[in-house]
This record gives sequence, C-alpha cells and structure tokens, in this order.
Amino acid sequence: MNVKINGKLQSLDKKIKLSELIFEKSLDVNKIVIEYNSEIVDKKYLSDIFIKEGDTIEIVSFVGGG
Amino acid sequence: MLDILKIADKEITNRLFIGTGKFPNKPIIKEVMEKSESQVITVALRRVDLESKEENIIDYIPKTCTIMTNTSGARNAQEAIRIARLAKACGCGNWIKLEVISDNKYLLPDNIETLKATETLVKEGFVVLPYMSPDLYVAKELVKAGAATIMPLGSPIGSNRGLKTEELVKILISEIPIPIVVDAGLGSPSDAARCMELGCSAVLVNTAIATAKDPVGMAHAFSLAVRAGRLAFCNGIPLESKFAQASSPLTGFLRDDE
Repeated sequence: MNVKINGKLQSLDKKIKLSELIFEKSLDVNKIVIEYNSEIVDKKYLSDIFIKEGDTIEIVSFVGGG
Repeated sequence: MLDILKIADKEITNRLFIGTGKFPNKPIIKEVMEKSESQVITVALRRVDLESKEENIIDYIPKTCTIMTNTSGARNAQEAIRIARLAKACGCGNWIKLEVISDNKYLLPDNIETLKATETLVKEGFVVLPYMSPDLYVAKELVKAGAATIMPLGSPIGSNRGLKTEELVKILISEIPIPIVVDAGLGSPSDAARCMELGCSAVLVNTAIATAKDPVGMAHAFSLAVRAGRLAFCNGIPLESKFAQASSPLTGFLRDDE
C-alpha cells in the first residue's frame, strides 16, 4: 500500500491505524499534529483512522524560528 | 507603577520578545529566556524529520512564557492559515506571528496576503500579530481586521542592519492605536533601545541574539537596552535643538566683563 508521508512516497506492508504509524515512528503524540488528507486530526481519533492506499499524511511539530 | 503591555489577555512586563531560530543548541534557549526575563517567544512549525530523532524545542521553553507560532514558509494567506490551524492543534495556544513571504531575496512580507490571512484568523479566534512592511494604510486595515499588534520590519530578516525603516515606523507609532512591535533586522542592543525610545511597545529579536558569540549575554544586553529605551520614552526625551544650549549658568563667570 502506497501512501505519502511528509511529502515522501512510502509503502506500508500492512493495514495500520494512524496511532500505530505514530508508534512505529517513535513519535510523542503530545508533541505533534497530524494532517490526514488535508484535515487536522483530533488526537482522540488517531486510533479510529485506518490508513488506506493513496492517503496523504503530514506530521508536523514545533522547531526554532523567529 | 508597573509598566504593563497588554496583548489579548496577557499582561507583559518585559518588552523584549525572542525568536528561537539559529541558536547553537536547544538547551541554551532556556538560559536565554531566564537571563533576559523575556516572556514572549516565537517558534516555527515544520514537518517532523522521520529519519532523525530530534529533541522538541517546547521542552526548553519555560512554562510561564507565551508561545507565538510563526507562519514562516507560508507564501500566501491560505498557507499561513493552514499553518496557524496546525499550530493551534499542537496545543501551544492561539498566538500567531503571521508572516507571508514569497520573496526569498529580501524576505519582505506580502502585506496584501497578510491582511487577508489576518481577517480570517481573527474570525477564528486567533491572536494575530502580523509582520508587515511599514505602510500606514495597510496598518489601518490590519487594525480594522482585529490584529493584536502591528509588527513592522526594521530591516530585512536576519540582516542585523537595524531600524532602516525609522521614519515609517514613527508614523505608525503616531497614527496606529494598537501596539507597534518592531520585528526583524535589529542587530544590536542600541537598535532595540532606539525603537523603544521612539515609542514602540516592544521589539522581537532573534538573529542578533542567537548568532552572538555568547547568546545568553547578548539576550541580557538586549533586555537591558529595551528597558532603558522604554524608561527613556516614558520619562519624556527632551527635544533636539539646532544650536548649543549651555548646561552651566551663563552668569558669575570668573572674569571681568569687557
């Protein structure tokens, strides 16, 4: 299954939820925000959404900036 | 009496705002904030680098600080609005340093797109501090749109060239009823003091502190300069005159009149 994560095409070998993707990438859910197909995802729904073929996922967090 | 700057529901007593880009490491940001006693800090929002484990900048910002997310990277109003919404969802409040830039050489803000984004974001409940080229009519429109402050540039971002826009900033201070916060280009503490002496409500400094030999010491210097400039403004700076005005009495000289 091919999905686009942060602008890069990636292939996932099994069907997973957004919450599982975050776990796999070792990310702290409290320090990131996910945009799933252009919609911001409320953190409480991360385990309700199954990633599917062709999805676009953006994972963002804060960095230094002026 | 405490000299308080009120922006939205915050009462700010330190008028130096600090940007967090370009610091040599993240732990130093905590020291910078403590030494300068700055209360407002900016951060940016970016894609997480999934290949490298990086510490999160929020861990180094004192909990008492007000975090203001910038919309850097936005080339138009729509992109800025998207970044602002993501920042809010990230859970660090609703203060946005709005910047819309599509010119990569001078990084000058696009006033028209900035105004459009301000209108939308204010309606959505954001506290919007727009970075702009100092134009009186755009500033008036930003006030009408509900901006919390106006943030004119001193000179191009990161250029350390100081307050090149002084005459235009003076006009904004005179005509605009909300706080004027000079953002960008201030290179040394004397630049910051100058802004405050003119009557700016605050300044935002990043590069000049972050790239100094000792950023903590430089943050302290900027903090003192901002305080000195503000004190000078509040106490009434005397007018300039073309000719000399003697400071000592012009009578009782130890000489006989000719």
